[in-house]
Amino acid sequence: MRHEVRFSGYGGQGIILSAVILGRAAALYDNKYAVQTQVYGPEARGGASMGQVVIDDAPILYPEVADPDIYVIMSQQGFEKYGVRAGEDAVMLLDADLVRSRPVSRYYEIPATTEAKGNLGREIVANIVMIGALVTATGVVSREAIERAVLDSVPKGTENLNLKALKRGFELGERACKL
Amino acid sequence: MSRTEFMQGNTACAEGALAAGCRFFGGYPITPSTEIAETMARRLPKAGGTFISMEDELASIAAVIGAAWTGVRAMTATSGPGFSLMMENIGYAAMTETPCVIVNIQRGGPSTGQPTRAAQGDMLQCRFGSHGDYSTIALTPNSVQEMFDLTVKAFDLADRFRVPTFLMSDEIVGHMRERATIPDTVEITPPRALAEGSLPYEAGEDGIPGFAPFGSGRFVHVTGLTHDERGYPDTTDPEAHDKLVRRLVTKIESARRDIADYEVTNPDAKTVFVTYGPPSRTVEQVMRDRQDDSIGHLRLRVVWPFPEFALEEFPNARVFLMPELNMGQMVREVQRHVDQPVISLPKIGGELHTPAELVRALEAYR
Repeated sequence: MRHEVRFSGYGGQGIILSAVILGRAAALYDNKYAVQTQVYGPEARGGASMGQVVIDDAPILYPEVADPDIYVIMSQQGFEKYGVRAGEDAVMLLDADLVRSRPVSRYYEIPATTEAKGNLGREIVANIVMIGALVTATGVVSREAIERAVLDSVPKGTENLNLKALKRGFELGERACKL
Repeated sequence: MSRTEFMQGNTACAEGALAAGCRFFGGYPITPSTEIAETMARRLPKAGGTFISMEDELASIAAVIGAAWTGVRAMTATSGPGFSLMMENIGYAAMTETPCVIVNIQRGGPSTGQPTRAAQGDMLQCRFGSHGDYSTIALTPNSVQEMFDLTVKAFDLADRFRVPTFLMSDEIVGHMRERATIPDTVEITPPRALAEGSLPYEAGEDGIPGFAPFGSGRFVHVTGLTHDERGYPDTTDPEAHDKLVRRLVTKIESARRDIADYEVTNPDAKTVFVTYGPPSRTVEQVMRDRQDDSIGHLRLRVVWPFPEFALEEFPNARVFLMPELNMGQMVREVQRHVDQPVISLPKIGGELHTPAELVRALEAYR
């Protein structure tokens, strides 16, 4: 089954890296196919940043994302530019403290930045919290695969912090699904 | 042990160059090709090679040509305006039969155009961009794996034919990430050495002279002027010019079948897509979705020299459809080789043809 996942937020949050980590998890550790692309423009620092991933059990031919079924939105501007058209069949995870709007689709509010700043002590891992929540809320890749992909992708010395952030994300994703 | 990674197309291109034994990169960073220079800057010194950030693209290609004449495999990578700046010395590389690889990660033009958007607008420029008559080889990858594989192949062809060889990719394939496998070793045919007793530009039947780079112990004179077999200028004799330039063109054009690399799907089809680069993936998507044997596909991995005989693989074709990320460039080459109608499906602006767009074209023209 083909999934199209779109991440958006502001430049500097690690939006593109999130898309790369998800693609790496699917392509290297879940025995699936993945293509990661991004909007690559001069707005990347501070403006609305966007990265996306196609995940499929079959080889991916057309590589672009046409109609995402999963959204991860981490800023209001990101919502307005890349999330506002999400259809009723889509599912959206949004950083509840940074995004004011709500979509017509099913959505989960994940307090990723608050959690990263507060309990985890480093705002920079908010994207990893979101990835954890994404995995438990949608099952688009396995927990084991995403864990290995995170460890592959983060700088040496930050592994424990990132794993903690990922696990906290798993919990927030589970909790959001139950609400 | 080969390794499998989730990597970007541009990174795979640099990995392919390193695997092929490239040990010199001269370049000037330009979007969307910069990751190739970045990777080579990091990796080449550790591999015993040299990376030079040049002052501009004119100097970049000049440095690559100089390095190639010391006997190392050399490359540069650029896009749009940088490619235009390289044109004069690309002709010099063709005239001096310098083996080198030029990567063009195409973006929207003309001029500075769309730095971050994909295009295939330089397909005729890479064949005809420098003045005078000459021939080149151009390869067109459609995946991250092919960014690796065809970069390796480009070095092989450049060496075998002593010709500047182009990897004509684009922002889509250059920037996408996919799984790719990097083998431990790759096969490369080194250039044939200049035989004892042969003159530096004396060629046999295949039209390719042996190569004696500087330091190999032979006296070689290298000039962009029309030259004789010794390499000495002979700029007024019509016969000398005819003999040299005809050989430069013929050594490539007569090897078209040897250089050709393409895929044929559904050869009995009546409606046939002809593609190169990423539009091929949209065609493959449409064919998988529709499971319709009456649609054929010719996908070119080598576009120059143009393999016109590949069109004969579709004896029942009634119409050829050509989606390109330009206003219709390679379509002219197809048109001049077939009697059937050839329909251009141009798209500019930076986005790939969608499956729905190609389905509409099928319905309109089949």
